[in-house]
Formats: sequence, structure tokens, C-alpha cells
Amino acid sequence: MLPAVREGVPNEAEVAAADVHLRNVVKTYGGVVAVDDLTLEIPRGEFFSLLGPSGCGKTTTLGMIGGFETPTSGTIMLGDQDVSRVPPYKRDVNTVFQSYALFPHLDIFGNIAFGLKRKGMPKEQIASRVTEVLRLVDLPGYEKRKISELSGGQQQRIALARALVNEPRVLLLDEPLGALDLKLRKQMQAELKRIQQDVGITFLYVTHDQEEAMAMSDRLAVMNAGKIEQYGTPRDVYERPATRFVASFLGASNLIAGKVVSSGGAEFAEVVLAGGQTVRVPAERVTPGQVEISVGIRPEKLLLEPVSEPAAPGYNAITGQVILGTYLGVSHQYIVKGPADTELVVYVQNLGATAPTLGETVRLSWLPEHTFVV
Amino acid sequence: MSSVRARIAPYLLSFPGWFWLGLFFLLPIITVLSVALQTGNPDTGYTFTWHWSEFSTVLSNYNGELVRSFIYGGISTLAAFVIAYPMAYWIAFHGGLHKSTYLFIILLPFFVSFVIRTLAWQFLLSDNGIVLGSLKSIGLLPQSTHVLSTPFAVIAGLTYNALPYMVLPLYVAIEKIDRRVVRAAGDLYASGVQAFFRVILPLSSAGIFAGFLLVFVTNVGDYVNASILGGPGTTMIGNVIQNSYLENLDYPTASALSSILMVLLLFVIWLYARVFGTEAVEEAVA
Repeated sequence: MLPAVREGVPNEAEVAAADVHLRNVVKTYGGVVAVDDLTLEIPRGEFFSLLGPSGCGKTTTLGMIGGFETPTSGTIMLGDQDVSRVPPYKRDVNTVFQSYALFPHLDIFGNIAFGLKRKGMPKEQIASRVTEVLRLVDLPGYEKRKISELSGGQQQRIALARALVNEPRVLLLDEPLGALDLKLRKQMQAELKRIQQDVGITFLYVTHDQEEAMAMSDRLAVMNAGKIEQYGTPRDVYERPATRFVASFLGASNLIAGKVVSSGGAEFAEVVLAGGQTVRVPAERVTPGQVEISVGIRPEKLLLEPVSEPAAPGYNAITGQVILGTYLGVSHQYIVKGPADTELVVYVQNLGATAPTLGETVRLSWLPEHTFVV
Repeated sequence: MSSVRARIAPYLLSFPGWFWLGLFFLLPIITVLSVALQTGNPDTGYTFTWHWSEFSTVLSNYNGELVRSFIYGGISTLAAFVIAYPMAYWIAFHGGLHKSTYLFIILLPFFVSFVIRTLAWQFLLSDNGIVLGSLKSIGLLPQSTHVLSTPFAVIAGLTYNALPYMVLPLYVAIEKIDRRVVRAAGDLYASGVQAFFRVILPLSSAGIFAGFLLVFVTNVGDYVNASILGGPGTTMIGNVIQNSYLENLDYPTASALSSILMVLLLFVIWLYARVFGTEAVEEAVA
């Protein structure tokens, strides 16, 4: 399946102004393809995430932009400069490493000033820049502290400050919050987003945490097996996943196999699901000529109703049997055996309604616009 | 009752250690010092006479050998460092899966006795030996060239014999350096050379400190290299002590020189630790 190119993809003007262009980039390690013909534009000043499971090639891609890896073929441009084979120390890019990689023999000032000193900035200017960036990351006056005196969260901020102080064209972040506990991670997500908006530098953020990517990114690209599966704003990618992989990796999805029976001209195409029930999907989401498809619905979009009540007009409706119910406090999660024995997940907000009993036949209904096709 | 026991227990536990140190370290040192203050001769025996002037006598008799020992020790330590650092660096950073094999190869010659190894150097460096002989026969060196009995031969031997004591601590220190930190230096505009001097070298300072300490102390007091590879002009203080003790049976001289050597070494180490900072010492010890 082709990666979907739909809304959320930058227009021509945005592409021209993009900070990072990857063109047909391939990276192989002794015959194993890590990054497979990747083309990507990262717009200037955006918080952009590369999201994917471990081993999908996202860190390799980041490494190639940072200069730690050389592409096997293809070009990497920073602005209008081809940097494909430029060593890291000559690139206008800085990295916040997953492990922070702070210099243990230097104090915080020494760590943050490291890049500026290499660039040959005058001493007084370095001092004021360090003071400024320490204020930005909310650790003012920490210049003389040692790295070993800092907590994980503070080290994380120093790693960020050490990279940001150089005002790079692009800041690369390699799962920088991975080592923090959940609460601190949430806090740092908000902080990272704030800092990015303050400084206006392009952030390229690599993560396997879909929630994190959704929460922070202006745009994101979902990667799998060295390729980009989908590119767009978090909303676009979540609401209308283009591939099976995206549908299941980004949030949970219910996928039911079906056949397109009519699509010509109308607003909605009709799809006969395996098992015989018919549903409607927005016609523009069906590629013309495509017959065998899967219909997808997010679990929170499904309404679970007793079959005795009349179905709401205009809704898609199918029936199934409740086989499992789990109380989660904020919601109930039900597994319903639907068409052709497909197990469907349904989230029902906890409004105090009577829970269906196990084995009960229920109706699942949803708005046709909430249907996606993969 | 039990609180008293709890309080003295740590002291009781450390008693074997104290006993050991007292018996094998403190007692011999006191003996050495007291022997230095004796007078007499080998035939009639020595008696304790508070003969402090022994120290100034040996100092004025053997100051040349003392100075030479420190110079040879210093040069050979530096030379061993210059040779060992790239070896340790290469094994630690580029040794891949065979690090321990490479270390073993470096250590292999050192399973042979120290004296035998030095005798092998004597054989190699002899006037018509493998190295000089062949260079002379093809006319690259004049026939009169000789290396044995020169300071060069002694320092070369000292350097060679010190290599593992330099390579091992350096290797341990360099191996411990997080590669990601080196990567970060590159990311922050440091070229390879800058990354080495700004990050790798300072981060291996504990190993450098330990290597210098081990090699310098051993080499300053060495007598084997000078006696096998050296000549009359390369006598080190170790040779003087050995001769006084074993040949001339002049125990006070040997003891006084040993004490002076020990004090001088302690002073140099103290100075060195002051310059490098106590952190490096702690790290080297740990």
C-alpha cells in the first residue's frame, strides 16, 4: 500500500522553506535495510515527531541528520546545503541524546559552553548565553554545579540547554524523556513544547510513545520497517490512519474486512462487511477501483446500545455479542464479537448506564464520517 | 553489654589488617631506619649509635645516582605513557570482540621472568646482535655503534618492562568512557582532535594518574635494567643499594639510601597528587 498523502502534508511554499529535506535516503547495514528510500520534509519552526516502534529506522534517520551515520544513498539537505557527507561537528544541528551524554568531567557551565567555545565565541558572550539558557530551562544559577549532583530530570534539562544554547537550525531529540518516570515525563512534555514555542527552533523528536508524539507535535510521521507509513498532523493521522499499521500503532482500532459495492458519485460508498451487514463510508476515502478493503473505527467512536432500542438514523449499525467487559473507572471497555467473528473493542464512557451482560447481543453504531478505510 | 560489643566489633574485625600492616610494613620500615643509624663494619658487626650523619654522607656520595634514577624513571614513564596510550585507546575503542585477546597479547611476554626478558633485550641490543648486527652489515650503521651500556639501553629496558603497568590502568579508564559522550562532543562542534583533548583525555585522567604512579615508583627504584643493559655510567640508586647490601654488606648505607629514596618518592607523589587533585587519586585507588 502506498503511503497516504492527504491533508497535513506541507504545501509547496512550506516545502521550499523546510529546514530538513530527506530525498530518497537509504541506509543499509551489511545487506539489512534500516531506512528504505525515505523522503521527508520537515517544515521550519515546527515540532516534528518521527514515531515508530523500536527498529523502525527512526533513530538511524535522526543519526543521519545529526551526521553520526552516513546514508548509503540519497541526499540530506539542511536548508539549501547538502550535508549528506558532512561530519557532525560541521553541521548546524545539535542533539539531545537519549542518555543525555553530559560531560562528567565538566560542571554545568562547562557542559553548556562546550559548543559555544568550539565555535570561538567571546567569553563574556558565552557567559551571558549560558545564564540565559539556564533561565529558559528553569535552572537559573546552576552554573557551578556538578553533573553528578543533578537529578535525572535536571540532567535532561541541562542536555537540552547544552544543545539549545548553540541556536542550531534543527534540534534533534532522541527519545529524551525515555528515562524519566511518568509524572516527570508529562511535565517535561509540556515544558519541551513551551521551550520550542519560545525559541522557534525546528525540533525533530524521535519517540516510540504515540501519546507523547500526539501531545507535542505540530506534525508527525509514522515509520515502520524503514519507511514512512503516514505523514500529517496528529489529528489527521489519528482520525484517518492510512495503513493498517498506523491504525493499530497510533491508538487502538477496529478493522473489519469488507467489499465496496457502490461508490460512484455519491457522498458515501457502501461496503458489505464480511458476514453480510452493510455500512457506509465517505466515498473520497475509497480509492477508485478498490474493492477488497478493511473498514476501521476507533473504539471511542462506537456507541454500544441494546438491540431493543431503535437505531439512530444516519448511523452505521452492526450487531455483535458482548464477550468481555472490563471496568476501568473512567470508562468501560467491552470486547464485542462482531461480523465474521471479528473482535471489536468499544470504550463506553462511565456515565452510570446499565452495563450489558456477557453474551448479550448488542448493536454498535457510529457516524459514517468516523469510518476510515485501510 | 551488647552495645559495647557492637562498638568494638569493627575494631576487632580490622585487627588482622592492622596486624598484617604492622608486621610486614611498619616493622621493616622501622628496622630499615634503625639500621641506617648504626655504625661498624661487616667484620665486627654493626651497633646502634644514632649515627644521623649517615644520611648526609650517602646523599653527598650518591647524589648523582639519585638524580639519574629520577631522570631515567621520569623519561621511561613518559615514554611508556606515549607508547601505551595509543595501544590502550585502540584496544578500548576499536578492539571489538577481541579486546581481551589483544590485552593478553600485550601481557604474554610478561609471563616470562623479568630478568629473562631483560636478558633478551641485552641479546637484541648487543653490538653484533640481531638488530645492530644486521643494520651494520647492510651499512646503515657504522661498525662502532653500540647501544648497550648507554642511558638509551637502560631507559628502553625500563620503558619496555613498564608497558603492561601503563597499558592496563589506561585501558580500564578509556574503556569506561561512555562513547555517547564522545559523540556528544562531535555534535557540539568538536573535531576529532578537539574531542580527544577536551573529552577523552580528561576522562581517562584516573588511568593516567594510576599508570604514572605505578611505573614511576617502580622504575626509579629499579636496578635490574641498569645492571643488565647499563654500564658504569648508568648506575641507578637501586644498583647502589643492592651493591651496598649484598656485595659490600654495608647495611647502614643501603638502609639510609632506601629511606631517602622512599621519602623522595613520597614527596614527588604528594606533589603530583596536589597538581592532579585528590579526586584523581581517589579514583585511581578505587
